[in-house]
This record gives sequence, structure tokens and C-alpha cells, in this order.
Amino acid sequence: MAALEGDQAKWDPVRRSDHPATTGDAGYPAREEAGAHVRLTDAAQGLKSLDLAVEGARCAACIQKIEGALFKMDGVKQARLNLSTGRLAVRFFGADERAGDFIEALDALGYPARPYAAETVKDAQSAEEKRLLRALGVAGFAMMNVMLLSISVWAGDGEMDLATKTLMHWISGLIALPAVAYSGAPFFGSALKSLRARQVNMDVPISLAVLLACLLSIYETAMGHGEAYFDAAVMLLFFLLIGRWLDVRLRARAGQAARDLAALQARIAHRIDADGHVKAVPAADIRPGDRLLVQPGERFAVDGIIVSGQGPVDASLVTGETAPLDLKPGGEAWSGMVNLSRPLTLEATAASADSLLAEIARLVEAGEQSRSKYVRYADLAARAYVPAVFAMAGLTLAGWLVVGGSPHTAVMNAIAVLIITCPCAMALVAPAVQVVACGRLFQDGVLVKSGDALERLADADYALFDKTGTLTEGKPALVNADAVTPEDLALAAQLARGSRHPLSRAVARAAEQALGPGAVADDVREGSASFTGADLAADVAPAGDAALEAWLAVEGRAPVRFIFADRLREGAADAVAALRARGLPGEMLSGDRPAPVAEAAAALGLERFSAGLKPQDKIARIEALKAEGRKPLMVGDGINDAPALSAAYVSISMGSAADISRSAADLVIQGDRLDSLVRARDVARASRSRMMENFALANIYNAIAVPLAVFGLVDPLVAALAMSSSSIVVMLNALRLARA
Amino acid sequence: MTAMLWLIPAALFLGALGLLAFLWSTRAGQYDDLEGAAERILMDDDGPIVDEDED
Repeated sequence: MAALEGDQAKWDPVRRSDHPATTGDAGYPAREEAGAHVRLTDAAQGLKSLDLAVEGARCAACIQKIEGALFKMDGVKQARLNLSTGRLAVRFFGADERAGDFIEALDALGYPARPYAAETVKDAQSAEEKRLLRALGVAGFAMMNVMLLSISVWAGDGEMDLATKTLMHWISGLIALPAVAYSGAPFFGSALKSLRARQVNMDVPISLAVLLACLLSIYETAMGHGEAYFDAAVMLLFFLLIGRWLDVRLRARAGQAARDLAALQARIAHRIDADGHVKAVPAADIRPGDRLLVQPGERFAVDGIIVSGQGPVDASLVTGETAPLDLKPGGEAWSGMVNLSRPLTLEATAASADSLLAEIARLVEAGEQSRSKYVRYADLAARAYVPAVFAMAGLTLAGWLVVGGSPHTAVMNAIAVLIITCPCAMALVAPAVQVVACGRLFQDGVLVKSGDALERLADADYALFDKTGTLTEGKPALVNADAVTPEDLALAAQLARGSRHPLSRAVARAAEQALGPGAVADDVREGSASFTGADLAADVAPAGDAALEAWLAVEGRAPVRFIFADRLREGAADAVAALRARGLPGEMLSGDRPAPVAEAAAALGLERFSAGLKPQDKIARIEALKAEGRKPLMVGDGINDAPALSAAYVSISMGSAADISRSAADLVIQGDRLDSLVRARDVARASRSRMMENFALANIYNAIAVPLAVFGLVDPLVAALAMSSSSIVVMLNALRLARA
Repeated sequence: MTAMLWLIPAALFLGALGLLAFLWSTRAGQYDDLEGAAERILMDDDGPIVDEDED
């Protein structure tokens, strides 16, 4: 398995050695390719540093393997892997081209790696994360010290003279005001931005409550009487910042989305010039009509027509079909296919930017835009909450004036209502639950890319499955191993090991499981019936799927048939049934041929299925379901699924899926265990009910605190107790998810 | 009451010390790789690292 993944990664070779002189073409990431990642940090000594994003590192053994392998390479001075972010920092001596060697070495170990652009989105996000963490530290410091003073004021109530009390308040103010200005800035900024757009979000009442609490306290302290709310203001900020920081952290981890799309595109193509010379050029420079040489193992950079050469190509990620396609002169090839065994010459029919892969990337983008219309629960709550709060404060003001209170009392009580209703617990509800739920799913091998993905997964009411690579293993396996003698299997495996053809791999895997190293091959042919001469043998009837069988011919013996099939994943039927029991009836959408699709659907108990679908057809089906009012969940893995994954209400991809699909999906299942689908749904459901409970708790708090504020019974002690207890209760309730 | 004159500055000073320590630790990257450090302690770093399985 590891070996296979390693090889797949090699299909997209990031070889710097055959990299052409960098061109400044706008569509081609030349700067990113050559310049940005390899930076000269110490010109005098020629020490260079490189950041790589490494996939699949999990534990101490991975760190050891990765760092150890790089240290063994010449000129590597330092290699350090950050396990939390998957970033590997390498410092080395030598030419820039060495970077390609490092990537290959990591691929060979089974850890696909790619250059990591340091100055991209993710760093902006981690800067925001650090800013929030600093704000949290400052708010925490201020909260502790102001509370120290406040508690002595509360404890000394009735004994402390007014001068001491005022001194305490001034010191509190001196600590709290700078802290509020620094730590509150993220909220004030966001509130301003939303007001400018003539909208209200949660940050508007938050900012208002904090600012009013500060202003009121300054006024009261300066007048030399009354109460100060400095403690409440900084405490509010502290709790709110916890929620905000958790939210940003979750998003930063999920990150990566659009950047990965470009990674799959074959960056280099080999163009045959008019004089017959083969020259490596950036894929973006290919024009329709150019002739390209595609070497075995290379990915097709653009769509085109084969002009010479003949051989199998792996189209599984493009079409969803397991069996390799045999391309002949005149046959159509699409970008994203991988040439398997013989060099092919291709005439480009589309430029890189118009080819299938680019088209799919555009469909994915369109899908992501439509998804951004989804409104989070927290925003829904804000929409109802904010007007209610302002109405309540207005009524309090009016009420006190009507019953004959002084304008001072009326204003004070209205402000108290605004402070006490600060949606602190409300703002913590969603991030707290989502962080706990995502952490728990991470332990189960499910990566959640955004918090609202869980909300959508909980709401989904229909499941669409891709077949190849999702419900099935996506690669052929030898099914008649019993009918083949161990000697023949060993012989076949020895021949097969050198090839990257999926059937050869299947033979090699089967042999590895059953046998040790085999005997020396002598005058043996292995391949299709016609190649081995098996079709000439009279007693062989062409049975089953011709694309999924291979023959072994040994001089003087009857040919041996190997039959392959794409097996269903372990637990696939159970997972489908379990999802149905949880209110997600299933349907299979496949790009494969009708026969295998029908067979797989029958084995899984899925009544509805369609075969031979193109990416657009899958989207059409999803749109039809949406028009019926359904909320479809899409589970897929191939390039052909990527647009459907981004168009669906919520989507899950396999960990072994194409990069583009993983970045289009909301959740990624590591280790390809289908029972994780069921786990993810369960956790999503549990987190939704936990969230609803939390909203209820936050409202109970309001139901108690608001009447107190309206009737002027709130003093700073009550405010501090009520606010902190409601936030803590909400967080504790979220933590219950980790155990349930 | 005169005790407050030095108690309050002392409390603030200690608190500020804690805050500075926290700000330093975020800046110095102490929280950048929480998982890696926990795993690295398990590594035996004496002797060359040879992994026969994967080579």
C-alpha cells in the first residue's frame, strides 16, 4: 500500500533537474516553482532553506524516518519536521535542484511532499492566531489583577471607606482600559466592519457591552460614587477571546483548500519541436496543435489526440473507471490521465487552461461559492438576538422614565441590560462544541475542514456515493489466486514487479501476501491474451471482463489466466446500511461501466444507481436533489468527483483521493475506513444537539439575568458571577462530547 | 492600609512577569508544534537511524 502511494506521488514528478529555464508566463507558477521555496539564507556559506509540506506523518517513527532519511543525504545540514502542521524545514548546501531529490526521497518513504509557499494564506491565518493568543494573554493578565482588586472591594463592602474604594477603582481602570483597547480590537474592528455594511453581527452587542461597561465605570469612578464594571469588561473579553481563538485555530488547521488545486496539474510537458528535438516546457505554454511526448509514468498535461504509440493509460481518477484504457493513434486523451507503460506522442487539442483538469477546477470553484451561502447556526442566532437585546434596553429606559425614575437611573439600568446581555456564552457555543467534536473525529481518523461542515453533515438527509475508490478499493485485486499454482504466481509476480500497470501491481501484491521471492524467469511472457498467444489456444473461452484479466505463458505449458476485480471495501455494505438507518438513504453515482456498477450496487443493497456519469452529470443529479429540497451528502475520491464534492450540501472524500477532491471536500477520511462515515455522522449529530443545549443554556442565563438588570438589581458582583458561570457551563457542556 | 501601597504594585509586578513570560513563549514558537515534542521524547537519538523495512 505504502509502495503504491509512493509511486502515485511519483506520477506527478516535481523534478527540478529537468525543469526548464524559468519563464515569466503569467499562467505558470514560475516564481513559486523555482524562486520562492528555495531561498538563499546565507550567501557566504551557500546554505539554503526549503519548506516542504509533508503528508502522512503521525508519530515519532515518522519523524525519525523522515529526518533520518534527509540527514543521510549529502549536504543536508538540518531537517526538522513540525508534526502539528506537517511542515518540514530543510537547510542544505548545494544547487537549488537538490529540492527535487528531497521530494523524491520522501515520496519513496511513502510521505508525499510538496514545496510549501511560506507567504500564502495560511501564514496570514497563523498571524491572526498569534495575535488572538497575545490578546488572550493580555486579557487574562488584566482579568486576574482587576479581579484581585474587585474581590477586595466586594469583601470590604461596608467597611472600606470611599477614598480607598475609589483608589481601587482607578487602579482597576488603569489596568483594564489599555487591556480592553488591545484585546478588544478584534471585536471592535469586526463590529465596525459589519455596521459599515449595514448589518449586525454578534460583535456589535459585544463591543457595545464592553465599551459601555468601561465608559460607565469611568464616569462613576470620576463622580466618586457607585460601582465599576472594569472586571466584567475584561472578563467578557477573556472568555470571548477563548472562543474566537478556538475558531481561528480550527480554520487554520483546515486551511489549504484552493492552493492544492494547482498541485495536481502536470507542470512540465515535453514538446517535440519542428526539428525533432524534445524540449521540456511549462504546461501553460502548450498551444493546440503542439506535439507532445508523454513518457511512462508521466501525467498528461493537456487534452489531446494520440498520433503515435499505443499503450495503456490509467484514467481511474479522471473517469472513475478501474480498468486501464488502451490508447491507440487517433484516441482521445484527457489531462490528468497517467501513461502506464509505453511512450506516447500526443497532439494537443486544448491549451492547459482549457483542458479537463482546469475545467474541473473551475467547477469546484463555482461549487464552493454556492456553498458560502450557507448560514451558520451562530449567525442565525445573532440575527434574532441582536434586535431583541436592543429592544429590551430601549424598553427598560422607557419603562423607568414612565414609572418616574430619574433619567440617571433609567440610563444606568438600560446600560446594565446591554452589559448583562452581552452574548458571551452565545459566542462560545459554536466554537467550543466544534473544537471538541473535531478533536474527537481527528482521533478517529476524520479530518474536518471547517466547523460549519459538521452542522451541515448533521442536517444532511441523502447520501450519494462514488463507486471506484470510495465504496471499492479503486484498484484491481487478483480474485482467482486459488486457481493459480504458487510457482506461476511467483513467476508472474517477478515479471510484474517492474511495471506500474495496475494489474501487475495486483499480481505483485497477491504474491507478497502468499509467497516469498520466486524463481528465475526464463522465456516467459505475461500480458493480454493476444500478446501471450493464449487466444490461439483452442480450449480458452473469452470469459468475463477482458480488460481485467491477464495471462501468463511459459514455453511448453498451457497459459495461466489471472482474473482481477475491483473489490468492495471492507465494511462498505455495513456503512451504507448504517447510514440508511441514520436517515441517509443512499444512491450510487459512478463514471464506471454499467455492469460493474450494477453488481456493486446489488452487493451493497443500493436500489438507486447510475453508471457512466460525467462530472457534470453528477452535479446535475445533486442539483436535482437540492431542487427537491434534499440536502445531499456526497462521498467520493476521484478527480471526476471533485466538482460534485464541492456542489453537494456537504461532502466527504477518502484519504487516498486525488488532491483536488480532498481539497474540495468538507471532511477527509484517513485510512479509508468506511465506518468512519458513520462515526462522523454520529459525532455531527451529537454536536448539533450539544449546540442546541448550549443555546438553551445561554438563554436560561438571559432569562434570569435580564429581569434582574431591567429592575436595576444588577451590581458588578452579580454581573461578574452570572457572566463567568454561563460561559463556563457552556464550555463544560461542550466537553461532554469528548466522552460520549 | 499602608501595606496596600506595596502589595498592589507587587501583585501587578508578578502578574506582568507572568504576562511577559507568556508573550515570550508565543513569540519563541513554544506552541508551534505541540504534538511533535511529545513524540520526539520517544526517539532514541543515539546511533544512526537505520530502517530496514522501508529501504
